[in-house]
Amino acid sequence: MSTDTHTHAHEEAGDHAEHGMSTRGYVNIAIILALITALEVATYYVDFGPFFLPSLLIMMVAKFVIVVSYFMHLKFDNKIFSFLFYSGLVLAIGVYVAFLATFHFFIR
Amino acid sequence: MADTAHAHQTSTGLSNVKLGMWMFLGSECLLFGGLISTYLLYRGRVSEGPTPSQIFDIPFTSVSSFVLLMSSLTMVFAVSAAAKKDDRGTNLWLVVTAMLGATFVGGQVYEFTAFYNEGLGFSTSLFGSSFYTLTGFHGVHVTVGIIMLLALVAINKRSKVPGSKSETVEMLGLYWHFVDVVWIIIFTLVYLIPV
Repeated sequence: MSTDTHTHAHEEAGDHAEHGMSTRGYVNIAIILALITALEVATYYVDFGPFFLPSLLIMMVAKFVIVVSYFMHLKFDNKIFSFLFYSGLVLAIGVYVAFLATFHFFIR
Repeated sequence: MADTAHAHQTSTGLSNVKLGMWMFLGSECLLFGGLISTYLLYRGRVSEGPTPSQIFDIPFTSVSSFVLLMSSLTMVFAVSAAAKKDDRGTNLWLVVTAMLGATFVGGQVYEFTAFYNEGLGFSTSLFGSSFYTLTGFHGVHVTVGIIMLLALVAINKRSKVPGSKSETVEMLGLYWHFVDVVWIIIFTLVYLIPV
């Protein structure tokens, strides 16, 4: 048991380089992020009508997930790390949506 | 040898340092969640002084956001170089990341100065207070990140990084990327969505 755990720990330690992507892959991700940012800025100048707010929020979430998944390697890492981070995030969203609802933020 | 030093036996089989870092980042979500929510609540409360739409300079902030976004890419290169035990590459990319971060903070200082000169002080309105608190907290996080990046370069040059070097760079990378994702949210909710 303890040997298995120890071996697993060594594998975790030695796999940093293999967890991620190639340099080209990271550059591609950065290009995608830059394009999404350009689209976000475009919404400030171009009238998107009723799609303005949903499209901005979707692009924001997409950028967030891409950075966390690929640059922070959460997609390739142990699921416990994902649980720790996303549980904090979900708790924060839940608490503050309730907080804002208390102040009638969503019905103004 | 040093790179496997952190891989001692743990009950989860995972690095405790990494577990602690992810837990810390999860708790940071609560900190910034509170600051962002407060801003959203108060951004329309302008009794005196300029309103958000009167002072925000979207082209300038867009460039700042792009710079911070690209610093995440250079940080990934630093983590990748550290994993390959390439000290020169690690130091180079850490310094480039710190320079991009410093450019972002410099932009924020310029922006704060411009806003102040336009009549938006910290206590001018609830909008001003919540704006400066939120973006100021983020700026402090970036500044702390820059200090850690440069300190790590100095320690690495003396080959005195304790424990696993690649893991140390990776943990700093996680912090830096988190600061970036927080700005992704701030940029959209604070700057791009009008009151």
